[in-house]
Amino acid sequence: MKGVAAHLPVLLVVVPLIAAPLIVLVRRSLFAWVASIAVTLAVLAMAFALLAQALATGPISYAIGSWPPPWGIEYRVDAANAFVAVLVALVAAVVIPYCRVSTAAELGQERLYLFYALLMLCLSGLLGMLVTGDAFNLFVFLEISSLSTYVLIALGRNRRALTAALQYLLLGTVGATFYVIGVGMLYVATGTLNFADLAPRVAALQDTRPVVAALAFITVGIGLKLALFPLHAWLPNAYTYAPSAVSAFLAATATKVAIYVLMRLYFGVLGTRLVFGELPVGELLIALSVAALFIASATAIGQHDLKRLLAYSSVGQIGYITLGLGLATEAGLTAALAHIFNHGITKGALFLLAGALALRLGDTRFPTLDGAGRTMPVAAFAFVLGGLSLIGVPGTAGFASKWALLTATLEAGRPALAAAIVLSSLLAVAYVWRFVETAYFRAPPASHPPPGEAPAALTVPALALTGLVIAAGLYATPVLAVARRGAQALMGGAA
Amino acid sequence: MSGAELAVLALALPFAGIAAVVALGRHPNLREAATFATAVTLFLVVASLGPLVIAGERPGADLLEMFPGLTLALRVEPLGWMFAMVASGLWIVSTAYSVGYMRANGEEHQTRFYACFAAAIGAAIGIAFSGNVLTLFLFYELMTLVTYPLVTHHGTDEARRGGRTYLAFLLGTSIVFLLPAVVWTWLAAGSLDFRPGGLLAGRLEAPTAAVLLALYMFGIGKAALMPFHRWLPAAMVAPTPVSALLHAVAVVKAGVFAVLKVVVYVFGVDSLAALGGAAWLTAVAAFTVVAASFVALAADNLKRRLAYSTVSQLGYVVLAASLLTPLAVAGAALHLVTHAFGKITLFFAAGSIYTAAHKTKVSELDGIGRAMPWTMAAFAVGAVSMIGLPPLAGFVSKWFILSGAMQARDWIAVGALTASTLLNAAYFLPIVYRAFLVPAANGHGHDHAHGEAPVAMVAAQTFTAAVALAIFLFPGPAIALARSLAGG
Repeated sequence: MKGVAAHLPVLLVVVPLIAAPLIVLVRRSLFAWVASIAVTLAVLAMAFALLAQALATGPISYAIGSWPPPWGIEYRVDAANAFVAVLVALVAAVVIPYCRVSTAAELGQERLYLFYALLMLCLSGLLGMLVTGDAFNLFVFLEISSLSTYVLIALGRNRRALTAALQYLLLGTVGATFYVIGVGMLYVATGTLNFADLAPRVAALQDTRPVVAALAFITVGIGLKLALFPLHAWLPNAYTYAPSAVSAFLAATATKVAIYVLMRLYFGVLGTRLVFGELPVGELLIALSVAALFIASATAIGQHDLKRLLAYSSVGQIGYITLGLGLATEAGLTAALAHIFNHGITKGALFLLAGALALRLGDTRFPTLDGAGRTMPVAAFAFVLGGLSLIGVPGTAGFASKWALLTATLEAGRPALAAAIVLSSLLAVAYVWRFVETAYFRAPPASHPPPGEAPAALTVPALALTGLVIAAGLYATPVLAVARRGAQALMGGAA
Repeated sequence: MSGAELAVLALALPFAGIAAVVALGRHPNLREAATFATAVTLFLVVASLGPLVIAGERPGADLLEMFPGLTLALRVEPLGWMFAMVASGLWIVSTAYSVGYMRANGEEHQTRFYACFAAAIGAAIGIAFSGNVLTLFLFYELMTLVTYPLVTHHGTDEARRGGRTYLAFLLGTSIVFLLPAVVWTWLAAGSLDFRPGGLLAGRLEAPTAAVLLALYMFGIGKAALMPFHRWLPAAMVAPTPVSALLHAVAVVKAGVFAVLKVVVYVFGVDSLAALGGAAWLTAVAAFTVVAASFVALAADNLKRRLAYSTVSQLGYVVLAASLLTPLAVAGAALHLVTHAFGKITLFFAAGSIYTAAHKTKVSELDGIGRAMPWTMAAFAVGAVSMIGLPPLAGFVSKWFILSGAMQARDWIAVGALTASTLLNAAYFLPIVYRAFLVPAANGHGHDHAHGEAPVAMVAAQTFTAAVALAIFLFPGPAIALARSLAGG
């Protein structure tokens, strides 16, 4: 057992990576589903084990093929990326059971196995981005997750899913290219790709032009992937037209992993002195975040489709995370990591519920959702609970991160930012209440089915995640404590 | 059972009641029996805490470590116990009233109604027994959310608009002002526990303390301090039992209760006085008291008039708290109780008039006292208590507040209280006069013969009116409790 435990960092990535071709070979949707469930549960267990180990013993370094870093590729697991890996695995473990009915209804049975294979690839790519300690290896995983994501989005029922996927493909490729250009510059300047090896060499180069240019390219490249305002143009269409389960999985994980990558590169490679000291990247992030909080959240209010509303809400909520990152303090990073988790589970639950509504009512446009509170009382009520977490009402996960973020801004002596946080929450009230008034104050149209819920295959995973949102709100100590350890690991990671 | 267990049980009971109400949704009689049973048990549990609290014990329990170093905690002290007694006791009475009202008016969604009602009482108990500011904040927000379906019960456009105003003001103020205030307190004090003498005592300088106090006072929108009072008249679109128990007692009292807790246990009366105090707050509260009275004077809709009267009366409590003298603080605590009985009686009467005669306007009430003598007699009792005249409860608290104002030599406060007393008389006594002494106007044609409201409703309002009288006759225990609060 000890032998296996030592290889967990690589198994975390390899298990879903191997599952993908296996699923394609067998070509049976039931096998694909069962295998995917087994893989995600294994991944979840491994992620928890790694997190426990990282919390107990500090960062874990794993040399691929026993080639010692910096010559070989190093995987490095600490409290921060293990924490995000738990989120990714958790959401995957909830989404896959949901797919059996939801995605089958949206895609049809015959090519369903390809869908699961893509989902496994995407999972593998995201986990790889988290654990790798190598700049080029990160690019590879970024492309694995991105390419599979483009196809997953294109599978959406509506033909506009194709243009949405194309749009994301173009912008995503620009992002990945910018990232690889930045990495190339660093490689030319330092001759290494290992994060831990890069850090001291970059620090020695100070703010020479290649390093500054690399910083700019990396920030814009990863900024595109994480939908940093105003680089979020791809996100609303992608989330709106993707299959329900894909929207839920991506919204909860993809952007969050990209944010973690940016944190890792800032604190672990480029160095706080350069990024937040000599160059005003932190202030830039804060300014863009505040713009996201207000502009994206206000845009969400006027949307005609619930999934689109949730998508714009995501851009706004990402602003809270990047705001915490921009503060560049331990409290700020703690808040950012906590919100990565809390917003991940919240948005995952909301997209799953939106999918349940869509399955029974036809779609998620607002006229269709009239009277949803009467037609699907449980799903609608759970959606309201999730919405309260977006607002940050106490007792929900969103409140814990809002609390942490307010603490961080006030500790940093930035009351204006605290004001921006609370004022932008009011916009969240407005967009959540758009749903409340639609679902509860309008009569259901004649096209609605008789009152009842979506099949248990959809309802149970969605409610489980909603329950977690409430539990993580009432008992937020574990998330906040782990997030703090993660922040400490990130800030100490430059050495 | 120990005090701690009783406190936890009191908090859990209303939420268990929700489950019972929902489970029995198809059997109205059993469902209402469940509400009654829960309400009576809750009252007995709260009452059984009384001897402990009076003996000086502060039973409490840590529920859950919500944030690192910050727990959700209960702690029962005299003020909270008084609030819980009022809320749970009046829940029984108003349930009787609700059953009459909801059935006589053929209201829909009654299961949702009783479930949300129980949730609102649960939130009130949580607020009353909260051991720290975080717990108070949690239940404060919960109360806003669970009363929203009650405010918008009818589901009409008017209800939707009223609900928007309700939420915008209550959630808006609590998110924008109260939440930062709580976080700031946590950072300044490293704790959020309510402490006798003040959690923040000696930790803040004068200008910062004033800003923080303002965040708290305007953040507690349920206290309806102007200019954040408009949610209260907006909430009047709710069925009358909601207006009566929640918007005359539970919700608004949660607001002024939170104000008192913050002034007494977070800032500390003495340390706030030492910091130069809350003179601006006295002025704002005095303005609220007088201005709301003028609006009430002009309102023809009876419930709207009562709502603005509530805004004004809540202003009394904030005003009294801001004076920072022991007498005035005791008066504030007393007013929390006396106003509850007076105002719920008035709302009960308004609901009875609507149910029996389908009238909502003051100008339609000519001669109604002849058809509904019990209702209008109860209304008269409530009105006199509002004005603050003997022999009713309102006199007791007003006496303390006025004495406190004179002790503080705060002539603005004295002036506002005097003016408000006159204005109260001006907007309440004409209603009583019309009802009993002006003959019913004929010729409108839509008058139909009606008698009294259903007996459950009449019994409820007669009971609360009687309690308003009883408090005047036997004020001793309430005064003793209120003074123990002011004494620290």
